Amino acid sequence: MRAAVIVFPGSNCDRDVAVCLEAAGTKPDMVWHGETSLPACDLIVLPGGFSYGDYLRCGSMAANSPVMREVVARAHAGTAVLGICNGFQVLTECGLLPGVLMRNRDLNFVCRNTRLNVTRTDTPFTHLYEADEEIIIPVAHNEGNYFADDDTLVRLQGENQIVFTYASGDNPNGASLDIAGITDPTGRVLGMMPHPERRAEKALGGADGRRMFDGVMEMLS
Amino acid sequence: MSQGHNHEPPVTDELVAEHGLTPDEYDMIVEHMGREPNFTELGVFSVMWSEHCSYKSSRKWLKKLPVDGPQVIQGPGENAGVIDIGDGDAAIFKMESHNHPSFIEPYQGAATGVGGIMRDVFTMGARPVANLNALRFGAPEHHKTPHLVAGVVSGIGGYGNCIGVPTVGGEVNFDASYNGNILVNAMCVGLARTDKIFYAAATGVGSPVVYVGSKTGRDGIHGATMASAEFDDASDEKRPTVQVGDPFTEKLLLEACQELMASDAIIGIQDMGAAGLTSSSVEMADKGNVGIRLNLDKVPCRETHMTGYEMLLSESQERMLMVLKPGREDEAAEIFHRWGLDFAVVGELTDTNRMIVEHEGRLIADMPLRPLADGAPEYDRPFVATPKHAPLDLTADAHAQDLATSLMNLMGSSEMASRRWIWEQYDSMVMGDTLAGPGGDAALVRVHGTNKALAVTTDVTPRYCLADPAMGGQQAVAEAYRNISATGATPLAITNCLNFGNPERPEIMGQFVGCLDGMGAACRALDFPVVSGNVSLYNETNGRGIMPTPAIGGVGVLADLDKAVGNAFRHSDLNIYIVGETAGHLGCSLYARNVLALDALGPPPPVNLEHERHHGEFVRGVIGDGLAACVHDVSDGGLLCALAEMALPHKIGCTVDIEGDHAFWFGEDQGRYLVGIAPDTFESFETAAAQAGVVITRLGITGGAELTISHTMTISLEEMAQIHENWFPDLMNTTL
Repeated sequence: MRAAVIVFPGSNCDRDVAVCLEAAGTKPDMVWHGETSLPACDLIVLPGGFSYGDYLRCGSMAANSPVMREVVARAHAGTAVLGICNGFQVLTECGLLPGVLMRNRDLNFVCRNTRLNVTRTDTPFTHLYEADEEIIIPVAHNEGNYFADDDTLVRLQGENQIVFTYASGDNPNGASLDIAGITDPTGRVLGMMPHPERRAEKALGGADGRRMFDGVMEMLS
Repeated sequence: MSQGHNHEPPVTDELVAEHGLTPDEYDMIVEHMGREPNFTELGVFSVMWSEHCSYKSSRKWLKKLPVDGPQVIQGPGENAGVIDIGDGDAAIFKMESHNHPSFIEPYQGAATGVGGIMRDVFTMGARPVANLNALRFGAPEHHKTPHLVAGVVSGIGGYGNCIGVPTVGGEVNFDASYNGNILVNAMCVGLARTDKIFYAAATGVGSPVVYVGSKTGRDGIHGATMASAEFDDASDEKRPTVQVGDPFTEKLLLEACQELMASDAIIGIQDMGAAGLTSSSVEMADKGNVGIRLNLDKVPCRETHMTGYEMLLSESQERMLMVLKPGREDEAAEIFHRWGLDFAVVGELTDTNRMIVEHEGRLIADMPLRPLADGAPEYDRPFVATPKHAPLDLTADAHAQDLATSLMNLMGSSEMASRRWIWEQYDSMVMGDTLAGPGGDAALVRVHGTNKALAVTTDVTPRYCLADPAMGGQQAVAEAYRNISATGATPLAITNCLNFGNPERPEIMGQFVGCLDGMGAACRALDFPVVSGNVSLYNETNGRGIMPTPAIGGVGVLADLDKAVGNAFRHSDLNIYIVGETAGHLGCSLYARNVLALDALGPPPPVNLEHERHHGEFVRGVIGDGLAACVHDVSDGGLLCALAEMALPHKIGCTVDIEGDHAFWFGEDQGRYLVGIAPDTFESFETAAAQAGVVITRLGITGGAELTISHTMTISLEEMAQIHENWFPDLMNTTL
């Protein structure tokens, strides 16, 4: 499997996710936001961070950067895309995923471990998890409060596009339906607020995130 | 070129006073100059000779601190201190205050404090890997406190989170003495290779002086002077002197600097911090024993019609000054432009040992460098030693609350309550190397790509320093040493941030002298030298000073991170031991202050530096040999609070089967640790203690969901957690 990690000015989890991909067996290409083409790859990662300083609105300027045109085209052609935290915000801003990430319910940045339910396991990202398994993955964001209109929420549920939810009582940001991560209708574009790359080895307190990278590696190779 | 200054005000006695200079100091300036300075020159001298930049009241005493050791690569005097952590790796760190601006504008004050200290560290070639802070606020019930807490915490988070450096630890106290002067001390630790460290000294006549980063605006003018004066009721009017931070630009600046530093184009580099372009150019040229010529027409400005005076004194953030090897300008410019940053050659080095500044075709300043950098008077301010306190009168203890009530009182107090509300607003995990984040004794951050880790902590107990400055100074260093040792790491060096009131008052100067005396003694005894630091004086409002608060930032290294232990009970059936002797010293304890509510707190617990060192070495040895399951240092609140802190994280309780009075349980005797030992290693542990000659006392065993002292009390951890966790959200009027 070949992977590309997009680096926007202000991305700050690009190295972290590259470390995980490398541990899973593939050293990703790091692609600067100003590029207009992408190397051949099976997975594109939009990492966490504060692209463009979160100015204007989280993810909105990144969604309009040169490389994103190519990312959207590749996604439409079937390349798997993983957007983590700020990457999820970029995916909603560029229209690959519906809805929007609003400011957290408490209006404060929140960084802590959250318990997640894996609600869908037939995606390239989640097939190594058990159905309805509870895993622990940390969040770190100021705008993670997923919101969409009722029709969209119904559709997300009906089409089985909700992949991760915060476990009961552990919603850190007020997200609708406790949504922590969703996919597009194909299941190949995943956006999630929690950071699987931050809990992918025992030394960091747990390795629940590791199976996402191993799973992608296995399915896309 | 003309030497006209037609638009500048004439230099009068009033103008000199407004610049915070005394008449005597002004006379010295005239002598150095050989003439009267003009307005711009007066401004430059005033910031360079401010307390903040010149350390004129503190230098005499700072010189007495130990700054050497085989581990020290660079001691005080550079942007940050540098120590050798083995294998060609260096840790680069410093702590700095941003007290005055944070009180006036808490969000920006705290944010730019974090931004400034990170620049100090990455200026030297390091990648910042951990931020910490030491915060002091006024009484919880003071009307400004919640507002200041909220602003400072979100400012620290706003900056550190965005730039992507984890905030891994810190400490917070509340006391009425900080009502008018909060303390915001930010520490940053970075990593570099020992052969890729960058210094400020500028050498090579003719080398280009380059300005990079953000544009210059009118913000922060005279920030250094503000930080060198007391507050009064009109201090809110100083808001315009607080700088505004942009962490996004700093992130770009960090990456661009790292990229350029990978080449060999840089001769010297210096952050534009306090006193901006002035202090960076003076310090670089003076350290290199050269002269400097600046053309302000080349300085990127974000506002129009800025005067030379404003450009020289602006404290706009996210700017750096560097001296490049001649001919390397284009290569460097390409990097900074790619990162969307300004890059301008603003001058060159000369052989004159003078600072020459031109603006709009005029010579606006021509000054000798050495007096600017080093000529501020060194004051030997009069001081009176703090009188010793009489031993505590404990007749009131007869009517004390029972143990359980006392413990619950303390665990839910402003001093002991959980700081979760704060630390969850900091990204403590970005960079993927945080092995132990906030809430432990010292935080552990892996050296990326290796199997070793840095242990980092900030510590001081101001109420000890107030009662007995020398003992308080010793204790602050000893506690940092203990916190690092409790993780298994070897303490290597410290940075400090010395926050005091007005040094022109002899009793405040007495506190300063006492604290430094104690600090020096502890650093020497523990081989724990000072490699960088900062002094913040004049933390007074309307003549009332803060408690003396010499915050210590300690750094250690753990050679094998697999050996690290936490401070929480993770298993049942661990044998719990106290390492060190318990005399039951209640003087200055939280118990005396919060539970007995005594006015006179008596003397602080004595520190036995020999025991500190011996016990620290013993604990590290035990951890290294794999004998300990968990270790926690005993500090505020004594043994019983330490036990509670070990039990709460995983709600694994314990049963204690020895008896003691309140002094035993809540005394704050120093040099102690609590350790949890697995059933299969306790014999080896006891043998090791006997061989080392360390006093250990078995307290009991872990298990259950209560904290139980046989025949005395049983407290549900669930109930205690409520009280412990709710205090902060209640203060901030929010829910978790």
